[in-house]
Amino acid sequence: MKQQDFEQRYGESWQRLEQWLRTGDTDSDRPAPDLPVAYRSLCQQLAVAKERQYTNQLIERLNQLVMAAHHRVYRQQTLRRNTWVRYLLAGFPRAVREQIRYVWLAAALFVLPALVMGIGSYHNDALIYAVMSPEQVLQFESMYDPGNDVMGRERGSDSDLQMFGFYIKNNIGIAFRTFAAGILFGLGSIFFLVFNGVYLGAVFGHITRVGFTTTFYPFVIGHGAFELTAIVLAGAAGLRLGQSLIDPGGHRRPAALRLASIEAMKIVYGTFLMLVVAAFLEAFWSSSTELGVGVRVAVGSIFWLLVFAYFALAGRGGNPEGEARHGS
Amino acid sequence: MLDTAYNVETPEGIDLRAQAAGPVPRILAYAVDVFYRSLILAALGIALAFADRAGVGIWLLCSFLLEWFYPVFFEVVRGGQTPGKKAFGLMVVNDNLTPISWSASLLRNLLRFADFLPFGYAAGTIAMTLNRDFRRLGDLAAGTLVVYRQQNSSERSLPQAAPLAPPRGLLMQDQLAIISLAERHRDLSEARQRELAELLQPVTGKSGRDGLHYLHAVGNWLLGGK
Repeated sequence: MKQQDFEQRYGESWQRLEQWLRTGDTDSDRPAPDLPVAYRSLCQQLAVAKERQYTNQLIERLNQLVMAAHHRVYRQQTLRRNTWVRYLLAGFPRAVREQIRYVWLAAALFVLPALVMGIGSYHNDALIYAVMSPEQVLQFESMYDPGNDVMGRERGSDSDLQMFGFYIKNNIGIAFRTFAAGILFGLGSIFFLVFNGVYLGAVFGHITRVGFTTTFYPFVIGHGAFELTAIVLAGAAGLRLGQSLIDPGGHRRPAALRLASIEAMKIVYGTFLMLVVAAFLEAFWSSSTELGVGVRVAVGSIFWLLVFAYFALAGRGGNPEGEARHGS
Repeated sequence: MLDTAYNVETPEGIDLRAQAAGPVPRILAYAVDVFYRSLILAALGIALAFADRAGVGIWLLCSFLLEWFYPVFFEVVRGGQTPGKKAFGLMVVNDNLTPISWSASLLRNLLRFADFLPFGYAAGTIAMTLNRDFRRLGDLAAGTLVVYRQQNSSERSLPQAAPLAPPRGLLMQDQLAIISLAERHRDLSEARQRELAELLQPVTGKSGRDGLHYLHAVGNWLLGGK
């Protein structure tokens, strides 16, 4: 068959499909074609056109049409109802438990430098200046000085909102960076974990040394339960990425990275939510001085217990595969 | 082969083809996006200046969202194109050439930070030059790539020449060459076409305008003109 006969025979159906793909489902006047059938016969026509070596222009046109139809046919619809609920109730803690080796490693990389630096700057007045400028130290001291009526900043509801924005941008940014930098063979995550550990340890040690414990600890304990764990989890997800590049196992490195990133992302979604909670608490709850120190420490401790219980217990029991099948 | 063509075989046994986009158009597209983002932030800054501290909070919140989720939103909702990519005719797709999903887009844009390290997207640019399809680290992890969005080609036009039967014994590749000459008669200059036709002078026995006209006529015939 000559090319022009071929075009004449199928041209009309191509035009119809092109038209429909352009307007999409919105145009209700035109009946939707049976897409899978139209797509399959289009594929066949493209194959024939290639086999018969028809001109590039025709093949190009059919190729574009096939691509557009392919996009429609294979469009992924990932967000099902209940997905998020199931993720929160079971998926997230399960993902964390699956990667528990990385979580412990990240925790060690964060907590050990913090401990060393904390104890160090508790006993040595000068050590904190190794990581911070004197102005920053002064700022921290004035922030947690019990002599202040309101803590550090003048806090009204509008400045609560300001701090909320700040915590969101700053803390979630840190967590995302800690995760992302892990792709550089894990080095980036290690750096951010250790760096933040050192910084935090220095502040803890110094403030304790100065004796502002009654303002500092009630402030940090509440949101710390979510914030510090989330940073560690983001680091763990980053380490998982890096590990897949260092030791890809039976896969090629790109494939290993793909698989690892699927696992890692399951954790990253959760850390994002935890940090939103943390920013909310930090801005609107931790700073309120109306509640007594005892109440805030108690509630903060309960948060810590809840977070650990959540990761230890939630989503246990019940076969995840079976549940997924049941839910879909 | 030194080529940016990217082929995928679909379950139907069809090869889909796309052109992977290199670093230069992508950097330019990114620059356009940065420009739009700064514009939005500046406008927000002016609008929220009256809201004092709460305004600062909302501005920080918006700048966080713009920093991390601006590309995600556009890539998923607007068919793989941020405004910058749209300006340069690029789009992001999964590496089986299907539209990008939320999770893939989130991942590739979170890893943007690693691509940025140590400064100015150095890691990303190096990664792009080290693999065939110009993927930066985020693309490698998320299984995505940036391709050119193909323009809808205009209707074909054939040269004005009454179809003529070709001489016998024309090989397949000769036919294809003649057809493609006829097909591209608009894209090539008249002089260049004549120059090409001149090469066949020993075969066709015609030169100059006649030779070209003859080849056009044969091309029309081969395409099925009557």
